[in-house]
Amino acid sequence: MAARVLVGVKRVIDYAVKIRVKPDNTGVVTDGVKHSMNPFCEIAVEEAVRLKEKKLVKEVVAVSCGPQQVQETIRTALAMGADRGIHVEVSGKDYDSLGPLQVSKILAALAKKEEASLIILGKQAIDDDCNQTGQMTAALLDWPQGTFASEVAVEGDKLKVIREVDGGLETIKINLPAVVTADLRLNTPRYATLPNIMKAKKKKITNVKPGDLGVDLTSRLEVLRVDEPPQRQAGVKVETVEDLVGKLKEAGRI
Amino acid sequence: AAASVHRGQVTHFPCLPSELTDQQKEFKEVARKFAQEEIIPVAPEYDRSGEYPFPLIRRAWELGLMNSHIPEDYGGLGLSSFDSCLITEELAYGCTGVQTAIEANSLGQMPVIIAGNEAQKKKYLGRMTEEPLMCAYCVTEPGAGSDVAGVRTRAVKKGDEYIINGQKMWITNGGKANWYFLLARTDPDPKCPASRAFTGFVIEADTPGVQPGKKEMNMGQRCSDTRGVTFEDVRIPKENVLLGEGAGFKIAMGAFDKTRPPVAAGATGLAQRALDEATKYALERKTFGRLIADHQAISFMLAEMAMKVELARLAYQRSAWEVDDGRRNTYYASIAKAYAGDIANQVATDAVQIFGGNGFNSEYPVEKLMRDAKIYQIYEGTAQIQRLIISREHLAKYKR
Repeated sequence: MAARVLVGVKRVIDYAVKIRVKPDNTGVVTDGVKHSMNPFCEIAVEEAVRLKEKKLVKEVVAVSCGPQQVQETIRTALAMGADRGIHVEVSGKDYDSLGPLQVSKILAALAKKEEASLIILGKQAIDDDCNQTGQMTAALLDWPQGTFASEVAVEGDKLKVIREVDGGLETIKINLPAVVTADLRLNTPRYATLPNIMKAKKKKITNVKPGDLGVDLTSRLEVLRVDEPPQRQAGVKVETVEDLVGKLKEAGRI
Repeated sequence: AAASVHRGQVTHFPCLPSELTDQQKEFKEVARKFAQEEIIPVAPEYDRSGEYPFPLIRRAWELGLMNSHIPEDYGGLGLSSFDSCLITEELAYGCTGVQTAIEANSLGQMPVIIAGNEAQKKKYLGRMTEEPLMCAYCVTEPGAGSDVAGVRTRAVKKGDEYIINGQKMWITNGGKANWYFLLARTDPDPKCPASRAFTGFVIEADTPGVQPGKKEMNMGQRCSDTRGVTFEDVRIPKENVLLGEGAGFKIAMGAFDKTRPPVAAGATGLAQRALDEATKYALERKTFGRLIADHQAISFMLAEMAMKVELARLAYQRSAWEVDDGRRNTYYASIAKAYAGDIANQVATDAVQIFGGNGFNSEYPVEKLMRDAKIYQIYEGTAQIQRLIISREHLAKYKR
């Protein structure tokens, strides 16, 4: 029975926003752009809250790394039912280069500090699509991992995880403590209701610095250039199947 | 002398905050998400069928988007007028039919909130937060709309009860309400002034003799339930009188200062939707070799639509802010409601125009907006009544 669950929540550009690349090609425009909680993180929070409602865990702690604004994201997790939040303060250049390696070091350190026995994360973030943080965190802690989870069940001191893999579904059993990453079909996240938003204001968010956790934020990656995907070219209409085969041969496709 | 005719001086500068608070932003987000994901996809079908959108109302209730005016002591959120208006605008953007059904609850509850005693508040407001119930504001009659003093429904005191007889009309939620706020005449003397002749009651809808009529098929906001309600020898215990005999008119009118800002917000939500739909279309449709948005005839229309929407929003926010700050906001509430109702109609009509032939067609979203907009110039005080109120308030400043 996991007493404390850590849920990582990432503040990302809202999924509905049209992304624009900065004119200097160093990144995407984030100023004044709508941000919200990464959809897979919402699913992770929902799963943690459901475990608490089933009385399988005692406390859900939401964690986010970044500047002041990530507190909004933590508040959303609190409004969904998390008990308290931890804001790991990272800003400026450190935030620009913050990636899975740094975040997983932070989460591993927090898991030890908070004596968490379960970490639930989204499988990936919709901005960088890395799909690495869960796996790295598990490795750093030397914990088992159940990634791409579409179902999670507690069975005594073990976790049964059904994973979505290319070939279909894989069922595994892992010992606790463990790391789980949430896939799309794990659950449908609840809305934050207005009364819960108001209650969330009274829940605590503690501020922590990466240095306090002994984490080095230096990045091993350097972003050279960011470009938009190539413009979609117009297609060509053909009259017959022969024409189609002819054109494909011309283009060297067959 | 330079002695001023200028009465336009502002003594209280509305410090509308430069940014919404985090909580307001979150509330708005929930309302917007609900409107976008749950109201908009089903609104056209509810409009076609006229079916009461109870599933949507239930969801709104579950999310805490309804009954926001109810004080915390009775299980409500006790939201300020400003916060309620933010939510209302987002819901109305989705569908004003759905939003009106929800708003009618606020109108029905307001007399109880402002004039009910502890027992009445606990009983009638409390139950609204325990289950998704509806209520209704029962004042208008077939023969009396704007002229509330012309209400003829009679309430005769008999022992510990009042016997009600009369006919009400155009009651929103008339067939769905769990209880009504009813205005009836208790003093039969025609010389008795309106300020003393009427009494406000709370009536349980299942009281024998209460007969809702058929659902009326209206031009717009068609999924909202509007009916006539007949009262035949309905017996109400005297405990259900609000404040006291003769206090009804003031209560009925007093409710409006609180409910007109959200109605204005609803009209603004509709106008914003019309503006967004028209703008999106103008950036897709081409004519004479260019996007129609690149033709000044269209871009100037959009500019004027935008002006109106922004001003309507500021107007309702001001009226909400005034009442939240503890000041009498009648002047601002009327201005907001009158203006927002008028521009909602103009903007929706312009949106249809921008869509051209497509705009007239039911497969495009704007003809519904034009039909839905009309009622904003009629209910909650007609456009003409608002002008009466505004001119009276305005002239009063000069007469002082």
